Amino acid sequence: MATQSGIYHQTYESDMQLRPTTAQRVRMVLVIAFVLVLPLLVSQNEVRIVNKVMIAAIGAIGLNILVGYTGQISLGQGAFLAVGAYGCGLLMVYFQVPWGLALMAGALITAVVGGLFGLPSLRLKGLYLAVATLAAQQIVEWIIIRWDPIDGTIDGKATDALRIPSNFLFGNSAWRLNDNEYAFYYFVFVVLAIVVIGSVNLFRTHYGRAFIAIRDQDIAAEVMGVNLFYYKVLAFAVSSFLVGLAGGLTTIHSTAISFERFTIDVSIAYLAMIIVGGLGSISGAIYGAIFIEILPEILRSIGQALVQNRLVSDQVFVTVLPFVQQGTFGLLIILMLIVEPEGIRKLWSNIKDYFRLWPFSY
Amino acid sequence: MAFLSRFDRPYEAQRPPVHPLIIDKISLNFGGVRALNEISLRVDPGQIFAIIGPNGAGKTSLLNCINALYRPQMGHIMYGDVDLVKVPPHRLPRLGVARAFQNIELFSHMSVLDNLMLGRHIYMKKNLLQALFYWGAGQREEIEHRRFVEYVIDLLEIQSIRKATVGSLAYGLQKRVELGRALSLNPTLILLDEPMAGMNTEEKEDMARYILDIREEWGITVVLIEHDMGVVMDISDQIAVLEFGRLIAVGKPEEVRSNPEVIRAYLGQEYS
Repeated sequence: MATQSGIYHQTYESDMQLRPTTAQRVRMVLVIAFVLVLPLLVSQNEVRIVNKVMIAAIGAIGLNILVGYTGQISLGQGAFLAVGAYGCGLLMVYFQVPWGLALMAGALITAVVGGLFGLPSLRLKGLYLAVATLAAQQIVEWIIIRWDPIDGTIDGKATDALRIPSNFLFGNSAWRLNDNEYAFYYFVFVVLAIVVIGSVNLFRTHYGRAFIAIRDQDIAAEVMGVNLFYYKVLAFAVSSFLVGLAGGLTTIHSTAISFERFTIDVSIAYLAMIIVGGLGSISGAIYGAIFIEILPEILRSIGQALVQNRLVSDQVFVTVLPFVQQGTFGLLIILMLIVEPEGIRKLWSNIKDYFRLWPFSY
Repeated sequence: MAFLSRFDRPYEAQRPPVHPLIIDKISLNFGGVRALNEISLRVDPGQIFAIIGPNGAGKTSLLNCINALYRPQMGHIMYGDVDLVKVPPHRLPRLGVARAFQNIELFSHMSVLDNLMLGRHIYMKKNLLQALFYWGAGQREEIEHRRFVEYVIDLLEIQSIRKATVGSLAYGLQKRVELGRALSLNPTLILLDEPMAGMNTEEKEDMARYILDIREEWGITVVLIEHDMGVVMDISDQIAVLEFGRLIAVGKPEEVRSNPEVIRAYLGQEYS
């Protein structure tokens, strides 16, 4: 990154600041202001999509802490989301736990489960660990499908979906989170902001440094006094906590959950998010979540616009368009990675560098 | 703001006690290959102790044994009253043992500063919640250790590259950063595996000066492997010579230099 000249730090506090220049702080304020007024500018349905993006961003930050920062590849993202979602949902349905408490408890349960599935990481590295976490994915999926008590009933008939009666969430007030997308928007934004601040701080301290050290050179990290076992399991637990939080938010947001939302496809989509966004970066996880979640929506609305303008028939819309959409989605991801293998985060910092040096970029 | 002056000695605080390193008849086998054969050595506190020998003699294996990365099948390595053969590697920094590797093993995506700050890892006490919140206790602790790290940066004259990503630095600088990372542990015993390999004369002189400095100023015991005989003969107090996992000589530089078996196995006629 190009740095501005003429900035002289006189204290370690100012040298260690996250945003040392005024321009950076102004930009941050503008971003927050934009986020606060965004719901006033768009429809309820669009806010719903943004809400999904923010939940995904929390999950992606969690995954990036594990994969991008600590270098432990995980294919169990879907499973950990499911543990958080079902943990939160079951506590509400069976034990009448208030939703806020259930959300936190679900995340804590996921942290414990994630820590357990992180135990093989002591012996397994890289792709071998990925296969071990795949086991987590399969086990959790199997439990959700086969174990009846955790499924709910709809109209007296047992189903695979867990339904949360909506009066668990803020009673019957107009600010009920589950059907007021605007209320949910501000709620999940505060959660996301706390998650971002916490994660960024984590990587300014010895915990985060130990995680990165394990990724870059695990033997050297151990020789420098980092207890590999403890910090690897901790990385799994911290990561899973955030993923579980995202899972619990999914439950609250949608009020009915089923295993289809937590399959291996979801694990891979989340890996795509952090790779496209930028491995080992909090902002990268957010950019990736936006890219992967919004792109299909944009492609879908383009498809719908084509039908409405009678450019394609309903028949084509149903049969061909889904494939075209998926193909375009894949193609855009590939293009994105060819243009900038280090992800959207790097692309954005290149753009910023260009303008910082402009017009004398030599 | 109390910055450290040249005359402050942050390394005198928090220091584990100094001990002699006593290697007692260690043997290390890899399958049928005997990498180390009943080696016994004693390194006194404050010594610069060199290990030399031809390739494959077992020099790095010996350092890895001291570092608890390899477990010798027989023998003991005593540092104080702790047998290093029995402790996990991540405990060693707490006992005062630091290591710099032969093929630079820095954290290449981190900045120089973060690499050195990782050397302070064992002294950091803040809990996870304080780390997540950062402001307050967490920041105070970071700054306290930043002061120590800045002292090391000063000593090694790497101020200008503090914020550079380690992977982008020149080889000689990376070697220096790796020494700095080991020093950040505030060790009493430092193991250097070929600290001067691949360096030009000027860089070698600098490195030799740093090694002498940390011994004189900090009182650190240095165990090093090196192939540059000029340097080894100049700065070492004691030299051990290995060949095929056997210790063939140990003594002062002038004794080793004139030992006929060492001349045959390693030195050749030039240094005799």
